[in-house]
Amino acid sequence: MIANLQLAAEGAQNPLLPPGPELLVGTIAFAIVFFFLAKKLLPNINKVLEERREAIEGGMEKAEAAQVEAQSVLEQYRAQLAEARHEAARLRQEATEQGAAIIAEMRAEGQRQREEIVAAGHAQIEADRKAAASALRQDVGKLATDLAGKLVGESLEDHARQSRVIDRFLDELEEKAEAAR
Amino acid sequence: MSAEQTTLAFDWSCRIMADNGCGFPAPGLHSFLFQPIFTVGGYGFNKVMLLALITTLVVVGFFYAAFGKAKVVPGKLQMIGEAGYDFVRRGIVYETIGKREGEKYVPLMVSIFFFVWIMNIWSVIPLAQFPVASIIAYPMVLALVVYVIWVSLTFKRHGFVGGWKNITGYDPSLGPIKWLVSFIEFFSNLFVRPFTHAVRLFANMFAGHLMLVMFTVASWYLLNSWLIPAAGVSFVMTMGMIGFELFVQAVQAYVFVLLACSYIQGALAEHH
Repeated sequence: MIANLQLAAEGAQNPLLPPGPELLVGTIAFAIVFFFLAKKLLPNINKVLEERREAIEGGMEKAEAAQVEAQSVLEQYRAQLAEARHEAARLRQEATEQGAAIIAEMRAEGQRQREEIVAAGHAQIEADRKAAASALRQDVGKLATDLAGKLVGESLEDHARQSRVIDRFLDELEEKAEAAR
Repeated sequence: MSAEQTTLAFDWSCRIMADNGCGFPAPGLHSFLFQPIFTVGGYGFNKVMLLALITTLVVVGFFYAAFGKAKVVPGKLQMIGEAGYDFVRRGIVYETIGKREGEKYVPLMVSIFFFVWIMNIWSVIPLAQFPVASIIAYPMVLALVVYVIWVSLTFKRHGFVGGWKNITGYDPSLGPIKWLVSFIEFFSNLFVRPFTHAVRLFANMFAGHLMLVMFTVASWYLLNSWLIPAAGVSFVMTMGMIGFELFVQAVQAYVFVLLACSYIQGALAEHH
């Protein structure tokens, strides 16, 4: 047995020198592996990997599209909201302006009416005063003449002079009143 | 080589202090020789060849099961296959050659990686227990494929003169030593490189197998008398070596493919 092993060791080739049949078997064995993997199985898996990548990217594209849509809707909504706010502000502004205009108009109208009323009042008062004054002048003239006639004992009624005297007297009275005012 | 020379039957009676006049059956070169299972035209078909063919079956079978009816939503097996495929494609090919130029070489590199890995893994599979890559012929075939590809690629990409410049690393800025550098580069790239490419894988597997056989045989050999604890130590070492070999097998497959990619990348690059 030992001899056998010894023989085997001595008979062993240099392990760096390849035996021919092994080279052939190795070549065939590897060629078969390479053939199946390169021609069939790896293209197979590459196709599937590509499909998977597309499926994932398709899903991502879909999600992206949805997001874009949501974004656009949001922007639209925001624009509408801003527009509505703007509109409301504009209406409020307009209302304020209109209100101010109405108030101003009313105020002007009131002023005008007041002035009219005041003017009418003044005119009325003036007219009344004049009527009163002229009535008074007549009455006062008559009364004074009557009084003077009674005092003097003679009728002065027919005398033009007398009336002149009364008028002058009344004018003096008026002047005094003017001066006193 | 006669049948007698390749007889490797393990002598079960060989034990330490057994007094039957037999020493430690140390593993050696004979551990890498096998009696032919059958012969075809004077050439023997041995266990290693069988393992190489089973490797082919396993790799093609696995990828057929994983990718044969590939689905967009993967099953468990397809997921594992994709992980392995992606590891080589992204982790090695894209990293070294780049995505655009490298895509073409992905099938080759995936084939090499899994072929080498499974060839190596037989080292620790019960009954097989032999790394196919520890027979130089198998790494050599693969290294030769890579060699032919990168050399032809160099000339195809850079033309005749440019190809030689690429291989020799010709650089006028080096001055008078440019010829020396070119000679060394020429020798290193064209002759040493394919040799080391194959031998790196071969030697790792060869040494690994020797270690495994060594501790396995020692575990049995020491299993006698008061040396039984030593046998236990040897057995623990065997288990440790199996774990370590599993690691080395994968690393060597990775390194082999990584180097193949870097050679192709060098052939495609403008300058070394």
